[in-house]
Amino acid sequence: MTDQEIIELIDTTLVNEFELNIDEMIPSAVLKDDLGLDSLDRVDMVIVLEKAFNFKMSEEETIRAIRTLGDIHNFVINKNRKLGKI
Amino acid sequence: MQAARVVVTGMGSISPFGRGVDTLVESLFSMKSAVVNVPALAGFGGLRTRVAALVPQTDPREIPRKHRRSMSPMSMYATLACQEALGQSEPPGKYFVNGRMGVIIGSTVGSPIVTEEFFEGFLANHSIEGMRATTFFQIMIHSCASNVAQALGINGRILAPSSACSTSCQAIGYGFEMIAFGKQDAVLCGGADEFHPLSAATFDIMSAASVRYNDTPHLTPRPFDAGRDGVVCSEGSGILLLESLDSAKRRGAPILAEIVGFATCSDTSNIADPNSDSMEACMRQALEDAGIGADRIDYVNAHATGTIQGDIAEAEALNRVFGDNVPVSSLKGHLGHTMAACGALETIASIAMINKGAIVPTLNLDNIDPLCKNIRHVREVEQLSIGTFAKNNFALGGVNTSIVIRRYEYD
Repeated sequence: MTDQEIIELIDTTLVNEFELNIDEMIPSAVLKDDLGLDSLDRVDMVIVLEKAFNFKMSEEETIRAIRTLGDIHNFVINKNRKLGKI
Repeated sequence: MQAARVVVTGMGSISPFGRGVDTLVESLFSMKSAVVNVPALAGFGGLRTRVAALVPQTDPREIPRKHRRSMSPMSMYATLACQEALGQSEPPGKYFVNGRMGVIIGSTVGSPIVTEEFFEGFLANHSIEGMRATTFFQIMIHSCASNVAQALGINGRILAPSSACSTSCQAIGYGFEMIAFGKQDAVLCGGADEFHPLSAATFDIMSAASVRYNDTPHLTPRPFDAGRDGVVCSEGSGILLLESLDSAKRRGAPILAEIVGFATCSDTSNIADPNSDSMEACMRQALEDAGIGADRIDYVNAHATGTIQGDIAEAEALNRVFGDNVPVSSLKGHLGHTMAACGALETIASIAMINKGAIVPTLNLDNIDPLCKNIRHVREVEQLSIGTFAKNNFALGGVNTSIVIRRYEYD
């Protein structure tokens, strides 16, 4: 997958799960303040992304530092690279 | 201490007839049946019943995702019914913020639909991977009460009675007592349940589910009828906004009726079998609580689910308390058994009967069982000025409930 394809898959997955507007999905969007995703949503966000990309995320330490949508994009892109999927 | 008078200032209904109290009442008076054949029930080995009454699908998106994510269908039904109940009243404003408004809403079990979804993965994979953070909030037994409070911003007391068919009758009774005792000014009271094949199976394995009318679903259940063969499971939510009379007057809320008596007792003779002595005791306790004699009751809304034993026991108990001259009807023939919602939905309909000056008859009561002939059955719409009525609900587990409600005379 290209980085752009990964970003698109992340955005559409989150739009569908959390009934967001695709226009809101900009990298600088803060999950809590801009997208309204709280701690419960973050748990479910990991689950839907794990399913979409077919890898485990929940045990990663760096996941705690995620604040923005751009952080998620980078996290998943890096994870994919590590796994040699790119 | 002088107990506060408690009145009904709002009502909300999600029933197999659809949305709203008006829809419920019009359908009942039109003698409609909500019972249908459910082909999917044929897919469960050993399950003989194929009938149920189901709530027409609504667009869940009218409840914001933030609140909906922790709701199973039963919590959505309860929330929509509460919104209607509150809408009927003037906005209760301050009750939302000062802890003086509470929620008492129960269900038979936590969401069976979500529980099944969870265990499907859990048992197959022996893993919790993929389990949503919101699953617990949909399954917990106080899911309806908590979700309603969260969605509507109600920050008073929360209670979730769970006593199957007696659930919402208990909710109304406990709300009545809480307000009478001055602990809350207003409480949203009621119950909710969602249909699941397990509900039908529960009755089926005890030979208490209707199985002979699978191809003619509108002919079952048949409360008090000689041809009855059991319960038809149903779903929905009924909610009453109870409020102290002082509070209702202060804010100019419409007063739909007054709760005057409540009783609930445990029938220890058997956990499953109905017992007329215990039913009789419950009704007498409710009348005593109301401070009135049986002669003051103009109408009884029976629990009568259409089971062989239950209807006979209730008819016996009714005869001993009220004789054979007080009009009695059951709404299960129209609605099926809405389980935890039935007490509230049937109370709402009975209050509507007060205000319409007419009684909804028992549907499918074509040939009265000789063992149920000892009471006065209402078999067609009767015009009657109802001053005070009694409402019964009796549950598996030996939980009996009776409420006494009267017309509110403005003074």
